[in-house]
Amino acid sequence: MLSFKLNGRDITTDAPSDATLLWVLTDDLKQHGVKFGCGLSQCGACDVMIDGAVVRSCQTKLSSAGGRSVTTLAGLMENGKASKLQQAFIDEQAAQCGYCLSGMIMTAQALLDRNPTPTESDVRAALNGNLCRCGTHTRIIRAVLRAAA
Amino acid sequence: MNAPFDMNRRQILRTTGFLTLTFAMPSNLFAQEVQSPEGVGISGGPGLPTDLKKNPMLSSWLRINSDGTVTLLIGKVELGQGNRTAIAQVCAEELGVNFSRLQIIAGDTKLCPDEGVTSGSTSMPDGATAVQYASAEARGILLGLAATKLGQPAETMKVKDGTITAGNGKTVTYWDLVVGKALDVKATGNPKRENPSDYTIVGTSMPRVDIPAKMTGGEIFIQDMHPEGVVYGMVARPPNYRSKLKSIDLGPIEKMPGVIKVVRNGSFLGVIAKTKDEAMAASAALGKAGKWDVPNDMIGNAAIYDWLLKAPSSPNVIHTQKRTSSGTPAKTVEATYRRPYVMHGSIGASAAIAQLGTDGVMTIHTHSQSVWQTAEAIAKMLKVDNDKVRCIHTQGSGCYGHNMADDAAADAALLAAAVPGMPVKLQYTRAQEHQWEPYSSAMVIKIKAGVDNDGNVLDWETDVWSTSHATRPGGNAGNLLSAQYLDPPFKQPTPRDIPGPNFGSGRNAIPLYEFPGKIVTTHFVSEMPIRVSSTRSLGAHPNIFALESFIDELARNANVDPLEYRLRFLKDERARAVLMKAADLFGWSGYKRKPNYGRGIAFARYKNYAALTAVAMEIRVTPRNGQVQVLRVAVADDSGQVVNPNGLANQMEGAVIQSLSWTLKEEVKFSDSAILSSDWASYPILTFQEVPKIDVALINQPGMPFLGTGEAGQGPTAAAVANAIYDAVGVRLYTLPLTPDRVKEAMNAKK
Ligand code: FES
Ligand code: FES
Repeated sequence: MLSFKLNGRDITTDAPSDATLLWVLTDDLKQHGVKFGCGLSQCGACDVMIDGAVVRSCQTKLSSAGGRSVTTLAGLMENGKASKLQQAFIDEQAAQCGYCLSGMIMTAQALLDRNPTPTESDVRAALNGNLCRCGTHTRIIRAVLRAAA
Repeated sequence: MNAPFDMNRRQILRTTGFLTLTFAMPSNLFAQEVQSPEGVGISGGPGLPTDLKKNPMLSSWLRINSDGTVTLLIGKVELGQGNRTAIAQVCAEELGVNFSRLQIIAGDTKLCPDEGVTSGSTSMPDGATAVQYASAEARGILLGLAATKLGQPAETMKVKDGTITAGNGKTVTYWDLVVGKALDVKATGNPKRENPSDYTIVGTSMPRVDIPAKMTGGEIFIQDMHPEGVVYGMVARPPNYRSKLKSIDLGPIEKMPGVIKVVRNGSFLGVIAKTKDEAMAASAALGKAGKWDVPNDMIGNAAIYDWLLKAPSSPNVIHTQKRTSSGTPAKTVEATYRRPYVMHGSIGASAAIAQLGTDGVMTIHTHSQSVWQTAEAIAKMLKVDNDKVRCIHTQGSGCYGHNMADDAAADAALLAAAVPGMPVKLQYTRAQEHQWEPYSSAMVIKIKAGVDNDGNVLDWETDVWSTSHATRPGGNAGNLLSAQYLDPPFKQPTPRDIPGPNFGSGRNAIPLYEFPGKIVTTHFVSEMPIRVSSTRSLGAHPNIFALESFIDELARNANVDPLEYRLRFLKDERARAVLMKAADLFGWSGYKRKPNYGRGIAFARYKNYAALTAVAMEIRVTPRNGQVQVLRVAVADDSGQVVNPNGLANQMEGAVIQSLSWTLKEEVKFSDSAILSSDWASYPILTFQEVPKIDVALINQPGMPFLGTGEAGQGPTAAAVANAIYDAVGVRLYTLPLTPDRVKEAMNAKK
């Protein structure tokens, strides 16, 4: 039995402590905003926050979440509404397929948390490890800057 | 057990007083990637758009529900290109209802009209045009019903959001009118359509209906689905394409934690387990446990171009125009261009969920682009009747063509067949996706031109060598990867080049420039040393890279500005307009030269009859290491009547970035025994720090046919980069990708 906070709620799971955090979040806890892309820490589709820091959940064991606070894309919502950053992504229509987006938004949120007024090159640097195949990059950059404004 | 698996759709279909539906039988489409010949969505008969001709019953497209909603059924599926929203806009516009009333069901083989494959940028020309005609015709029928009911002439009636007002002020709504079978009629193809100048929905940047869920963690992708009782399937692939499984001891795998079932059939290996971790561990063990025959006879990637030129091929002259003027060229210019295999490279590994129901029907959630034909292929693989396989399109990661989506559907079905009743969810590993997907074929293109003393082309000759661009399932089990490894195996059919001059390897090989003499020949190689199939733009990316690089070279030889040179030979007004618009947006005429900075421009009309696109860009080369940084890109596009400007620009931006990635970085590497590009480290793609600023200008053509946009940017972008490199440092590169090493090497050779 392992306990942690998921998006502010207390969770106890009987999944083994060496289970992959990604699969516990998606398959057991139905966190749709967590995506499997590579399983190799190369793409960022699976990014979530543990205690405010972005981790690649595909390469993170469940045990790392024990006693800590995990935030997924759904956890960024405020009172059932899109957060400022999520709304900025919607306003910029910053998606094609959107598969990479949850990781992008988590990583961007972590950037804004530590630097509320990033420059364009800060945004590019922060997101450089997150891959998008559809080519939505320029819109994603605009969305992050819009949320910071 | 079926209920939760299928619930959303059942809820959507909960209807009261709907029009009786007659579903068109899935028609067996003859070929893949075959689009309407004129790119206007209308073929084979006066007035009737292609997809409406295939599915003529209006009720197979539209359902007017008594609760004030409209259900739109379509066969074109959402791949992230935004077609769901754009097609719905067209429906709402022509039917005369608010957009918010529409419920859309797409790509369910049991419910939707069979629109074949969602490919070739045909969602708008074929799909939206069919919906436009069907909706306009339905509106006419509803007006007729209202005329009878209100005793007023139909001509005097106006419609606003489903409420019809007659000349005498009396009103009736669509929802009051609809009882019985009013739309159970065949389309005539001759409806009264709305005047484009009155459009209020078409031409607006309606926000995409699928985006909010994607930004907030909603359930929208197959990967998000967890039907009740779901179990996890994985496959274990052979070491390479032609490996055969000699023996394997399944015993130890069966005893691994969580394993429900291990499946072996010939050289196909799969496992079903209670959790994804357990399925992954078991499939990894399965792969290692096998004793394989591994032939080491693959052609390495470096040798592929020579192989292509020497392999048996069938020359096909796809275009010829004899020069009528006399005179011998003053000079002959020749060049050979090469493009390696590139991959679709979806960010999400392909996935599917399949379940064998008690009724014997295999229901599969798939992100395939070709649900009907893939369902048929899977039925053949499972040796069941076609109606025993139902595919339901559910969104997945962007695919950009025929990627592993269909194979995932087939593999999920193979595993689900072994555990009847259990929904089996399958998602590949990254290596399985990278190493087994059907790539875009490597190609060689030779161009030769005879020019006069002023550098004007007299004779133009193009030769194209390529393997297939079309091995989609197409109703044939042999095109499903795993089916080739079963016992007995399904043999993959020998591919043919897609007929017609603009569909496969020859796509955009024919110059639109008005030269006196032209001959274009494709050399189609049916053998496939590397698995290949349809990838965004098919042959157009390499062909336009070659053609538009060559034009640039001719312009330079003639000492003429590359823009001016193109305009000299381009007579079509729309073509000229996009070129000039891109140049304008870029600031071509006032461009200030700086050392190691350069500008390039390129043009194409996709498929030579669809969207017209010109791309201009500025790049910087770092001479020390040959690094190319693309700084800014200006695109002008004419896709006919624009339905959703923001969505169109989004597609174009994506096309430019993806093409830059192919053009600058991508090459599938392989040795004599394995595909070496197995992850994002061994197959890098463009990242945020490499992405330029992109401006897109749209040229709207009100009332003109929708031309489709998704693939139009791939080719011009590639050539514009190569042309800009030449402009910056005076070296011309003929082989993709345009890597720093190649730039550096060419610069050294020039010194
Ligand atoms: S899935 Fe975790 S980084 Fe790609
Ligand atoms: S939007 Fe499709 S991968 Fe980024």
